Amino acid sequence: MDLSMRWLSDYIDVSDLSIKEFCSGLTISGSKVERYETEGEEISKVVVGKLLSVVPHENSDHLVVCQVDVGKAGNGEPIQIVTGAPNVKAGDIVPVAMDGSTLPGGVKIKKGKLRGVESNGMLCSLGELGLTTHDFPYAIADGIFLLQEEEGCKPLELGMDIKEAIGFNDTSVEFEITSNRPDCMSVIGLARETHATFDRPYTVKEPTFKGIDGDINSMLKVEIHNKELCPRYIAGVVKNVKIGMSPRWMRERLRASGVRPINNFVDITNYVMLEYGHPMHAFDIRYIKGNEINIRNAKQGEKITTLDGVERTLTDKMLVIADAEKPVAVAGVMGGEYSGIMDDTVDVVFEAACFDGASVRTTAKALGMRTDASSRFEKGLDPQNAYPAIMRAFQLVEELGCGEVVKTIIDADYSDKTPKGVVFDPEWINNFLGSDISEEEMVSCLEKLDFKVENGMAYAPSVRIDIECKADIAEEVARIYGYNKIPKTIIRGVAQAQLTPKQKFERTIANTMTALGCYEITTYSFISPKYFDKIRLPENSPLRKTVTITNPLGEDTSVMRTTILPSMCEVLARNYNNRNASAFLFEVGNEYIPNGGELPDEPSRLAVGMYGNGADFFGLKGRIEALLDTMGLRDCEYTACSDAEDYPEAPAFHPGRCAVISKDGVKIGIMGELHPETLENYGIDTKAYAAKLCIPEMMSLSEGEKTYKPLPKFPATTRDIAVVCDDKLPAASLEKAIKSAVGNILESVSLFDVYKGKQVGEGKKSMAYSISMRSHEGTLTDEQADAAMKRVLKELAKLGAELRA
Amino acid sequence: MKEQLEKIKQLAEQELEKCESLDVLENLRVKFLGKKGELTAILKQMGSLSAEERPVIGQLANTVRSAIEEDISKRTQALKTELAAKKLEAETLDVTLPGTPLELGKLHPLTVTLNDIKEIFLGMGFEIAEGPEVETDHYCFEALNMPKHHPARDTQDTFYINDNVVLRTQTSSVQIRTMENKKPPIRIISPGRVYRSDTVDATHSPLFHQIEGLVVDKGITMADLNGTLELLMKRIYGEDCQIRLRPHHFPYTEPSAEVDMMCFNCHGAGCPLCKNEGYIELLGAGMVHPKVLEGCGIDPEVYSGFAFGIGLERITMGRYKIGDMRLLYENDMRFLGQF
Repeated sequence: MDLSMRWLSDYIDVSDLSIKEFCSGLTISGSKVERYETEGEEISKVVVGKLLSVVPHENSDHLVVCQVDVGKAGNGEPIQIVTGAPNVKAGDIVPVAMDGSTLPGGVKIKKGKLRGVESNGMLCSLGELGLTTHDFPYAIADGIFLLQEEEGCKPLELGMDIKEAIGFNDTSVEFEITSNRPDCMSVIGLARETHATFDRPYTVKEPTFKGIDGDINSMLKVEIHNKELCPRYIAGVVKNVKIGMSPRWMRERLRASGVRPINNFVDITNYVMLEYGHPMHAFDIRYIKGNEINIRNAKQGEKITTLDGVERTLTDKMLVIADAEKPVAVAGVMGGEYSGIMDDTVDVVFEAACFDGASVRTTAKALGMRTDASSRFEKGLDPQNAYPAIMRAFQLVEELGCGEVVKTIIDADYSDKTPKGVVFDPEWINNFLGSDISEEEMVSCLEKLDFKVENGMAYAPSVRIDIECKADIAEEVARIYGYNKIPKTIIRGVAQAQLTPKQKFERTIANTMTALGCYEITTYSFISPKYFDKIRLPENSPLRKTVTITNPLGEDTSVMRTTILPSMCEVLARNYNNRNASAFLFEVGNEYIPNGGELPDEPSRLAVGMYGNGADFFGLKGRIEALLDTMGLRDCEYTACSDAEDYPEAPAFHPGRCAVISKDGVKIGIMGELHPETLENYGIDTKAYAAKLCIPEMMSLSEGEKTYKPLPKFPATTRDIAVVCDDKLPAASLEKAIKSAVGNILESVSLFDVYKGKQVGEGKKSMAYSISMRSHEGTLTDEQADAAMKRVLKELAKLGAELRA
Repeated sequence: MKEQLEKIKQLAEQELEKCESLDVLENLRVKFLGKKGELTAILKQMGSLSAEERPVIGQLANTVRSAIEEDISKRTQALKTELAAKKLEAETLDVTLPGTPLELGKLHPLTVTLNDIKEIFLGMGFEIAEGPEVETDHYCFEALNMPKHHPARDTQDTFYINDNVVLRTQTSSVQIRTMENKKPPIRIISPGRVYRSDTVDATHSPLFHQIEGLVVDKGITMADLNGTLELLMKRIYGEDCQIRLRPHHFPYTEPSAEVDMMCFNCHGAGCPLCKNEGYIELLGAGMVHPKVLEGCGIDPEVYSGFAFGIGLERITMGRYKIGDMRLLYENDMRFLGQF
């Protein structure tokens, strides 16, 4: 809402306040000022001048040289200005930007020479002054603004500041009005707030008009068929209208309020809407068939061409204003094409009505046209405000002398007029606010807002559709008393809180990952369905079944991710493209998995990704092992994996360099080198590695609290062996065999050498292990150790692994 | 013999003096005191001495031996000290050379800030509640006093999954779920991802993070809200931080407020940073609307509560002076490495 300060001054005097004081006062009482703008702020040293002579430029066929009388601004001497505009002649009164003047948009005018002829300024067009032909309909857009005397305005004088001449004398204040306060979307509403904020009188005069005799019932019939959606409809008739330009004071106020002047009748409806906050509509009576107005639901499939020239198909949920045959307006939204005011309109019907907010909102949304009117109606308007609004319109018609108002009106009024009272309980309010405000002060706050307080009840003015309960009264009191005068206290009572096990678990994961040299990333939870192709998921992958956004910003963010992997790939690619030599990353985030129910599952995942110096399969695996160990998951198994059957994301990975991680037979994740095609799809021209781990599974398999194991009392015995086996035999099975063979005296097995080559033969490898054994009962004897090693060899032999010669 | 002994002593003294290494010293010890050494050789001749001379010479020999032993010991000590000093000298490092790089990873700046805020609230006895991001219309809007067609829905441009399921536009949905499942007293914060269909630019993102707080108990007042918010802001922004409350409208709170912080740059005078307002908008807050309590089965005549919502991005960006929100989601290593 843009408020014209001059308009406001019709209702309340704030001339003693600086604009800053005014804005900050209203902001603090709840009407937030976004910004204010003084009209013509950027214009300086532009004056009214008269062209004494206009002669062709000696070196140009399109330029002319003008002698301009700028009165006192030129110290009595005319000044010479060269212009290219074709529409000037001697005798014209024009805006003259003098040497050193400034114009909107930071334009500065300096004297200079144009094709060798001195020019001491510039003649201005409407646009150069920040105006349009809507502001001055008599001027043209392409050419110099030729000023005219206007009725009711100060006569033009040569040398006069242009701002004075064109009525740039207002300050426009932009308010952010919240949706619960449609009453503040008006000059009068803001005057009321100003009154309450600054505690000074304001006056709203009841609008009146003289009118001409005539029985409206002989001209028009109004019937409301749906009284729920339209509790009140007031109609009046204006005869013999003279369509034309509105007077300048009205145009100026509309301009300051951000509304384009059109013609006097349209301007009057807009003016009343801005002043009273109640939208109005005007029909040409010629187009109301049967001279009857029916407020009814549209018929399913009924059509109307609205003012914007678009044909709309209506449904039976939508309310229309219809004549005997067809809809002439969509109620509260927009009028029909042929019902509007035209140059040859003779008699006009004015409508001030009240429509149900939710209905207007739904209709406007369904038709895809939100208008000034609909955005007001949808918040819920006061039916009682329709009457003064239409009275004001009639008053303006007479004031502007643009028609004869028929004295009688039709007022179909089914609105509920019982005043809505809310319990006023000062003690409750103080207990609720934690304040100590006296009852008198509370009453005074409310009365400033035009509330009536009597018999323990508070009655809001009818425009305050937002007041419903005790808490609303508390807010009114608090905001006028001052939110910041309410004390600041600490909540009473003791409370204790701690992280949940899941929150602790996730925090430990993040801290461990950073200790392992990985940087945390945060990515969007929605992705493009194309990402599934990028990570090579087969067409039938269950991961392609997504939670899909029906109104996404774009395809790239249109489905909720069912796998966290592509988000990681995306960030790896971005870092690679940004020429970062290496990246070690992790993310803790959710996946969104449809489960057949109303809401999807949102399991928490850890993604790890890396490329660059130090990034390789075992660097990734080492980090995962360290993490799993920290998180209480020992003895996890890593199984080679190359198939989506084994793990849905497997196709994203190199088929020979990918492992499924599991513990106790439960899969907890997947890791590996990304498939060359995946890398290519992401434009990563180096090897990159990634992993995904499922946090809920990790948590349920975690050993949780750790128990201390006594430090060893007896020395350990270590034996090294090297065995030769088939190259394809996984190290994990050798290790498993060693563990089971040694039994409970095993302390650790570590692989210290892998050799492939001539010495062991084609398709073979040599694996060298250091096996450490220890007993808690006593020092192991050589015999015990030898026996254990024998068992190891026997067990390994079963796998085809022989002691290396 | 006596002269011989004196001579040995003298010779030993001289040679020890000249000795510069522990190896040579050991050779000298052997030469003078060893089994085949000079002193032993002389002592072997003791048999040829008279009975009177023997104890005299014997004593002298012992004196010489201990003198040499002592000299060797002294010399050894001196040499060791000297060598140690030389070794240390030789091992001198240029301590200004860089350390061996050991790279620790880092938490995302949003996580760092969120962890700090969680600490503050845990300390005040607020538990951390979580809830679904894909949420029903009921929890995201209806239960928050925003029935279908409520105009306030326009202020939260919503992503829809279907007519009844949305991506939550606020974590207030978690508050409703908490109130439905838990009797007062309630003290929670609900941090998490929220979604609004805003096009990406320097200050907007279709996904961002909110931290909403909720307190419900008997006798909770707006003064408690004021006090809690001031405490929070002072913890985050420092003791000098000054806040003001400004009336606003949220369908789920009444009274509602927006909370502004006095601009740290101009201290309220107005500057480009605060768009000349002197204050910077921080968060929304208010007393829980009685209809919201009632809808969750909490009697508003018995209980009252307050709620507030903070944007994690705004606080993080303010704290680290990050000018463009997109950086937070681009995850460039050069950015992540700075926090």
